[in-house]
Amino acid sequence: MKEEKQEGKRYLFDDPKNVNRLLGTFYASLMVLLLVEFVVHKHPHFPWEKWPEFYCVYGFVACVVLVIVAKYILRPLVMRREDYYD
Amino acid sequence: MISTVPPAVIFIVGGLLVPFFKGKWKSAFLLLIPVVGFLNLIHIPEGTHWAVDFMGYNLVFGEVDRLSLVFGYIFHLITFIALLYALHVTDDLQHVGGLIYAGSSLGVVFSGDLFSFFVFWETLTFSSVLLIWTRRTKASTAAGYRYALVHVVGGLFLLAGIVFYVIEKGTIEFGYIGLDGLASYLIFIGFGINCAWPILHPWLTDAYPEATITGAIFLSAFTTKTAVYALARAFPGTEALIWIGALMTGFPIFYAVIENDLRRVLAYSLINQVGFMVCGIGIGTALAINGAVAHAFNDILFKALLFMSMGAVMYRTGKINGTALGGLYRTMPLTCIFCMVGAASISAFPLFSGFVSKSMVMDAAGKGHMPIIWFVLLFASAGVFHHAGIKIPFFAFFGHDSGMRPKEAPLHMLLAMGITAFLCIFIGSFPGPLYSLLPYPVDYEPYTMAHVVGQTQILFFSALAFTLLLLSGIYPAEMRCVNLDADWFYRKGGRLLYGLLDNVFNGINKAGEVFARGVAGALGRLSRNVPEIIVLIVMVPLWTAGGAKGEKLQGKIVRARAALETGTAPVGISAAVATIFLVFLFVLI
Repeated sequence: MKEEKQEGKRYLFDDPKNVNRLLGTFYASLMVLLLVEFVVHKHPHFPWEKWPEFYCVYGFVACVVLVIVAKYILRPLVMRREDYYD
Repeated sequence: MISTVPPAVIFIVGGLLVPFFKGKWKSAFLLLIPVVGFLNLIHIPEGTHWAVDFMGYNLVFGEVDRLSLVFGYIFHLITFIALLYALHVTDDLQHVGGLIYAGSSLGVVFSGDLFSFFVFWETLTFSSVLLIWTRRTKASTAAGYRYALVHVVGGLFLLAGIVFYVIEKGTIEFGYIGLDGLASYLIFIGFGINCAWPILHPWLTDAYPEATITGAIFLSAFTTKTAVYALARAFPGTEALIWIGALMTGFPIFYAVIENDLRRVLAYSLINQVGFMVCGIGIGTALAINGAVAHAFNDILFKALLFMSMGAVMYRTGKINGTALGGLYRTMPLTCIFCMVGAASISAFPLFSGFVSKSMVMDAAGKGHMPIIWFVLLFASAGVFHHAGIKIPFFAFFGHDSGMRPKEAPLHMLLAMGITAFLCIFIGSFPGPLYSLLPYPVDYEPYTMAHVVGQTQILFFSALAFTLLLLSGIYPAEMRCVNLDADWFYRKGGRLLYGLLDNVFNGINKAGEVFARGVAGALGRLSRNVPEIIVLIVMVPLWTAGGAKGEKLQGKIVRARAALETGTAPVGISAAVATIFLVFLFVLI
């Protein structure tokens, strides 16, 4: 079987070095995005769009809130066993 | 004009002819249908065509303007892609269902009157349910029935609305309706059910993940988008739609975060994306309507791409739950890349298609000074990246290694995904051609420095949140479970109602039975015994006085009883009994 032959093969992210490289690139680009803020000319609809790092903070906070609410509030309310409707 | 036919005809007739072709000819014929349809479409000039007089009303099968045309183009395009993806399917019923479904969507989009609109609208439902039933599992059969029932209810709302509307206005022309009176509200709700508004939505998240692998591609494209078209035609600028749309973008993402079935995650994100369109239609400015239509166009492509990539995974592994998948990038790298293109597009990364259309709706909300709506849409933008943009590719292709090493998707699936991925990037990088198709002239530039930076910031920091939550173990682990949604009301609630009705009506039956057997039986026995008792009460003392005793008396009693039971009492006794009975009754009364 072809599948068996591939068992021993090492793939891109099997090597932790590659995972770390990816994460490193990701964190570096976050830094760039934090800094690039100060050279961009903004033309906002709302005053808060002018606050420094508004989009960074909002994006981060929104997702943390999303996950916390989904996990600790919604899931206990709505989760049932897989055969609930059977 | 002479050489063209209504766009729906080619698809529906073509669909019905599919079973007559075999093997390679069938594949060729399937792909030829949308191509011929497209050639037909581009030769139809704008204007009103194919008007037919029907019982004093004017049916119009070709109301062709810029709004209907852009939907017409994308419906042809996605049918071609979905058929290419489905070439391996040997079950003709799926092809027939898919083509009639696509054809009736075109029928809806190009109909200029409410009657033909309604007929196509209903055909849409009944052809699409085939795509769910043909999966032929117990779950898909049940989900298909629920899907059909909800749409029948929606259809009834729409029909009632249309009847009232025609009586009120005296015309069946389909154009701007606006919220004004009962008829318009009924039509509004009829559209809303197909558009998957909050509370009315669970037919979508219930049924789409149960559809066949290829059927889901059709489903993700047509029903909700025809409803978006209908709203854009009949209710642009209706304020309620702004709030409904904002709600639609918001609530599904919470469900998507905790959902395990990855196609159901996509179904929730479908509602989320349609929310942007509904919101845009509600805002109603030229920019907002353009944004809504452009986003419908793009969403059909990137949502199909995501469904196709998940379908390919399902086709190769037979699994779709996040808990069962993971690490598939190793052996399905192309599918993985196509999935990530779809994910980047739905998340509105710069250079991908979502970026050039979603931002139009956001910008329209900003220009209209709607801070709350703007905040909700921004939240939804971050959230959609979180669940559709990261969760889908991560749990399927990366994450923990499921140990599965499936083969790459078949060539025709890769081609279908490749074409769609190319279009997503092309439209994102060169939005001009798409903008030129929109209903209003476009005066909008998505690629300003501020917009690109702002959007990239929000996406990257959402990704940071995902990374940190995942590394810290807070991110909710995928679990095998069902999550209750509004369909509880007709799934469990339906059962409760059934139980209640069962108890009430069967209780009444039981009471009736008790009454019939018990009370009526007792009355029967009583009415038979009363004469006997009376006779004996009267006669026994008389017989005793006459000297009858012991066995003789017993003999007389037995004979009297037998005589009364058989109705053979001597005339004298009968008369006496009758008289006594009458007196007895008289006294009682």
